[in-house]
Amino acid sequence: MNAVAKKMPGSGLRRPLPGFGLSLGFGLGWLGVVVLLPLAALLLHAAGLGFSGWLRALHDERVQAAVKLSFGASFAAALAAAFAGTLVAWVVVRYRFPGRRLLDAMVDLPFAMPTAVAGIALTALYSQNGWIGRWLEGMGLKVAYTPIGIVIALVFIGLPFAVRTLQPVLETLGREPEEAAASLGAGRFTTLRRVVLPELLPAVLTGFSLAFARALGEYGSVIFIAGNLPYKTEIAPLLITIRLEEYDYDGAVAIAALLLAASFVCLLAINAIPALFKHARRRDG
Amino acid sequence: MKHRTFLAGLALALLAGSAGAANHELLNVSYDPTRELYADVNQAFAAQWKKQTGEDLTIRASHGGSGKQARAVIDGLEADVVTLALAADIDAIADKGKLLPANWQSRLPQNSTPYASTIVLLVRKGNPKKIHDWDDLVRPGVAVITPNPKTSGGARWNYLAAWAWASQQYRDGDKVLDYMTRLFKNVPVLDTGARGATTTFVERGIGDVLIAWENEALLTLNDPETRGKYEIVVPSLSIKAEPPVAWIDKNVARHGTRKQAEAYLRFLYSAEGQRLVAKHYYRPAEPDLVPAAERANFPTVKWVTIDGAFGGWKKAQATHFGDGGLFDKIMQAAR
Repeated sequence: MNAVAKKMPGSGLRRPLPGFGLSLGFGLGWLGVVVLLPLAALLLHAAGLGFSGWLRALHDERVQAAVKLSFGASFAAALAAAFAGTLVAWVVVRYRFPGRRLLDAMVDLPFAMPTAVAGIALTALYSQNGWIGRWLEGMGLKVAYTPIGIVIALVFIGLPFAVRTLQPVLETLGREPEEAAASLGAGRFTTLRRVVLPELLPAVLTGFSLAFARALGEYGSVIFIAGNLPYKTEIAPLLITIRLEEYDYDGAVAIAALLLAASFVCLLAINAIPALFKHARRRDG
Repeated sequence: MKHRTFLAGLALALLAGSAGAANHELLNVSYDPTRELYADVNQAFAAQWKKQTGEDLTIRASHGGSGKQARAVIDGLEADVVTLALAADIDAIADKGKLLPANWQSRLPQNSTPYASTIVLLVRKGNPKKIHDWDDLVRPGVAVITPNPKTSGGARWNYLAAWAWASQQYRDGDKVLDYMTRLFKNVPVLDTGARGATTTFVERGIGDVLIAWENEALLTLNDPETRGKYEIVVPSLSIKAEPPVAWIDKNVARHGTRKQAEAYLRFLYSAEGQRLVAKHYYRPAEPDLVPAAERANFPTVKWVTIDGAFGGWKKAQATHFGDGGLFDKIMQAAR
């Protein structure tokens, strides 16, 4: 495999894109303009604040409350999305039932929908006179305008990431390992725990981290259902907007850079888990 | 070859576009609840302009949160005129964008405010919580809906109206702060804009009282869908909400639209403009130009002005709404 891959650029194969160098240049160019340049501008501006400016932004109690809420709610939402997403992916890949294609298509809806529309719809459902909120509030559970509402909005926008990263893995996995496990006398739970889940775990974690990162920066769907009370239900992206409304570009950038740095660390940690897991398994085998 | 024709065509189209736009297009950057008002005004003014000059004029309008709109103009949205919720936002365009002179507010009559409004309380039919004035809003068990003054220009008027009443009532600064803290303790949802707060109160059924602009309250009262479900309570003291207008000198110079922009804004002060203003529940700046029957919506309200009670927007903005200002202190104490 490796030998073939190494030979590729020099081999006489006809490739659909002209010139490796040209394609790579274009790819990097686009990536640079669209992703790296804005990020660099943000970091440059943040660097201009100096360390003391950063610390000041970190020390503000309201910023801390908002950042804590954003990370906590995003983590909970990503966890829920990973769990529900795994179930949805399993059902769509493994079973044949009427409406399967429709369900499969509907998974992508949160990608296509303006998030503000989702936020307004969710708020209408979960507020005290909404279809669902009416019942929940009767049982003493307030959802809209509490952190629970924030988590629900974040699960909504994070779910497709979990499903779409898992689906291809499930499709290539096939049933043979399960059948082999069953023929060797493993029960359903053992098969799930020792055969299926280890294969799926890297994809589940990738879906989790994507949903987490997306949730952290989400604004549109959340502000309608959040309640936006400082220290209680105010998310970090809203605080960034508030700093901008005060023409305090430095303050906005400080919070943004804080979020960026923290989420980068989280993503690194999450991505390190599958590698660790692989090591552990290799030692077992 | 093909590419060159395409590029030439594109350049021609751009040239034609900009030449055509030079005299015949105006962009009015406004705030959210003026959508219906300017839809009417733009049509009426374009017709009048056509009659006077023979020129076809297209007026485009952009609506959004007032502060956001101001920032968009500073960042390069090429507004010919701005019609925003408060002078502080146009001050920011003069201050940070240097797009118009600092004395812009003295260029048009009535402090460049062709229409005004005031802050009232909207309660549910029958006024079940017996809310009659500002002190009723801090009673335990009363839920108050108002948007966030940090993100909504309209909410700043709400806040200052309550402040004006409290400072007349209590005199002492600490007692005023205490009143405001108790008021915001009673706020269960802090929407980012005025329309959002109205939705929370009207559609979601949250809260017992909505602090609102009179024009938004009258709109809710007269909306066929919500008619008969709400009442307006006029507090004993309120504030005169003055949403000012201005042309943006740098942009009209570049577009060659100075004449049109100024005529457009002066049209707002004309009899026709003032009648449209009253029709959309704003208080006309020249009430004598509007038939008495069309002014019947507006009761006499005792109010203070931003200049009289707060020393103008620059001062109010810095004292109350800046980072670490009084509103931040209130929210910190209210948690």
